[in-house]
Amino acid sequence: MHLVADHLQKKFGATTAVAEVSFAAAPGEVLGLLGPNGAGKSTTISMVAGLTTPDSGSVQIDGIRLGIGADPSKRHLGLVTQEIALLEELTARMNLEFFGGLYGLAGRTLKVRIDAALALTSLADRAKDPPKEFSGGMRRRLNIACALLHQPQILLLDEPTVGVDPQSRNAIFETIEVLAGEGRTVVYTTHYMEEVERLCDRVVIIDHGRVLADDTLAGLLANAAVSNRLTLKYDLPPDGAAQAEIRGVAGVTRVDLEGSELVVCAADLGLAAPRVLERLAARGYRCLELTSRRANLEDVFLTLTGRTLRDT
Amino acid sequence: MSPSLTAFRALVRKDLALFIRDRRALVVSVLTPIVVAAFFGFLFGGTGAGGNPVSRLPVGITDLDDSALTKAVLESLGSDASLQVQVLPEEPAQQLVRSGKLRAAIVFPAGFEAAATGALVGNGHMPEVKLLYDPSQSIIRSVVASLLTQHVMQRISRPNFIASTLSLPFTLESIAATTGPRYNSYAHSFAGMSIQFILFMGIDAGVALLLMRQEGMWRRLRAAPLSRGVLLGSRVVSTALISMAILAVVYLVAGLVFGVRIAGSLPGFVMIAIGFSLLAATTGLMISSLGRSVGATRGVAMFSVLILVMLGGAWVPAFLFPEWLQQVTEFVPTRWAVDGLDGMTWRGLPLQAALMPAAVLLGWSAVFALIAVWRFDWEGN
Repeated sequence: MHLVADHLQKKFGATTAVAEVSFAAAPGEVLGLLGPNGAGKSTTISMVAGLTTPDSGSVQIDGIRLGIGADPSKRHLGLVTQEIALLEELTARMNLEFFGGLYGLAGRTLKVRIDAALALTSLADRAKDPPKEFSGGMRRRLNIACALLHQPQILLLDEPTVGVDPQSRNAIFETIEVLAGEGRTVVYTTHYMEEVERLCDRVVIIDHGRVLADDTLAGLLANAAVSNRLTLKYDLPPDGAAQAEIRGVAGVTRVDLEGSELVVCAADLGLAAPRVLERLAARGYRCLELTSRRANLEDVFLTLTGRTLRDT
Repeated sequence: MSPSLTAFRALVRKDLALFIRDRRALVVSVLTPIVVAAFFGFLFGGTGAGGNPVSRLPVGITDLDDSALTKAVLESLGSDASLQVQVLPEEPAQQLVRSGKLRAAIVFPAGFEAAATGALVGNGHMPEVKLLYDPSQSIIRSVVASLLTQHVMQRISRPNFIASTLSLPFTLESIAATTGPRYNSYAHSFAGMSIQFILFMGIDAGVALLLMRQEGMWRRLRAAPLSRGVLLGSRVVSTALISMAILAVVYLVAGLVFGVRIAGSLPGFVMIAIGFSLLAATTGLMISSLGRSVGATRGVAMFSVLILVMLGGAWVPAFLFPEWLQQVTEFVPTRWAVDGLDGMTWRGLPLQAALMPAAVLLGWSAVFALIAVWRFDWEGN
């Protein structure tokens, strides 16, 4: 199903949580909403899930405007909240029976769906245990399973991996990939760029309640004019003349001396790196250590906002 | 079954399952009212079937006259079932009253007999009898003074003291006035304590809703296509069902162990139980709609419930209140609940007597529910 968020705006008193956010997601697509804490991601998800009424703008599912309350269109949505919303005293199966019941599921249909959800999230052998006895990762997986019982065609995941160990995180990623592979539309909010890079077909970067960019990862890297980084450690720090010469090398966009390390930024490292090393060697500098890193979403965010994701 | 009804049932079943699995809630809601009601019931007279003996007031007497009259009065006071008389000198008597070991002490002055018999027929001054009493229990002063007057008058009016004979012009027969069986003070204490602790359970249900908001469960419920009626209505129904179950268990124990009987109308009892259970449920809902933080809400709600319970006559029967307070508490819903349950149990009243209390309880429930719906922050967390 197609999901469209069209010019969403939301204020809480004098505070603008979402200034204006628009995006669209297609079936089978994993759309990442990336932004720092407080950027407006959760408020956006609340409006998209029909929990919060936008001050203006609308959410449409296959062209039908979504309301709040008992709007039947909400049956197409499955929300995985940032908080682990489980009944800690009841067993995993009872939790699933409860959440299935909320969507009108009962009897054999509910049982079959529960078994499928437990299998998908690898929790079948713990169905009789209460979540309070689960690890953080297992509780997260059960949290996801609860949102899948009514087979929503659009899945909204609000930072679903917070506090999860790497193994469980991978298990969650695999579950999401399976769901997207089945043709479901997935909207995934996070402030971890690594998750977006791993999972998402398209990325919407949000900050201060506005969309800063909306593109594929490759498109963002290409359009944001970000650079790959080459870090060189020499026996002696290159002097000013050497740095000036490096700045003149074709393709080099920036040169900085950070302590004893020379940081060289270039659009194409494969082309620039040999030349830089050659020039410095010619000046008698002996390279002790060399590392390189591809430009990533962190760099895109830095370019777009002047801040890093983790600083905000 | 429609999806809404399935969802409603799932919500109610979830609340019931959580309550049953919460040992603390079970103990507080069921065991505590039984224990506290049993204690109060025992304290205030037990079954009324000659169960608890009437406690006698310990009173000291100092006889400085040592006359035939004072000896006769002493004997008479000693045989009174209400008093436990101890003869002792004035100074120790005063010390024992001060320390609370005696409720009061009577001091007959020297020359009491001569002065009293003369004063009775209009000759000479009246003798002064000292009555020392504990100021923290001033009602004792009136009781002891009355008994003293009665016994002195009976003794002094005999022919060997004055020419004519006086005696009390009536006898008093005390009859417990109920249409049912004999009064059982457990019946009242079980009514009062059930109401108090079920209201506490209602508060817990309201606070649990606030916790659901804080912990994200409320967002999850609202993500489902459920109307406000289903979300809040299911909460009212589950809390009311728990309340009725608690009432049933508490009154079952009260009947089996303490002899409390529904001597009046059983349908009337059920009507009042339903009315009160809805009141407890809507009280919780109102609390969740007005409260913000869990801690502050619980504190304010507990205080409010204690006031309601106190004014409702759950601790001490409302007929002991001053007249103006009795009239004011007609507007307190818990008063109708306590009086209604009393009416259907030990007072043995018919179904008609349950109609008004049940209607008042339902009316207050409707008011609380309206306030809850009006003030409920649907989109907030």
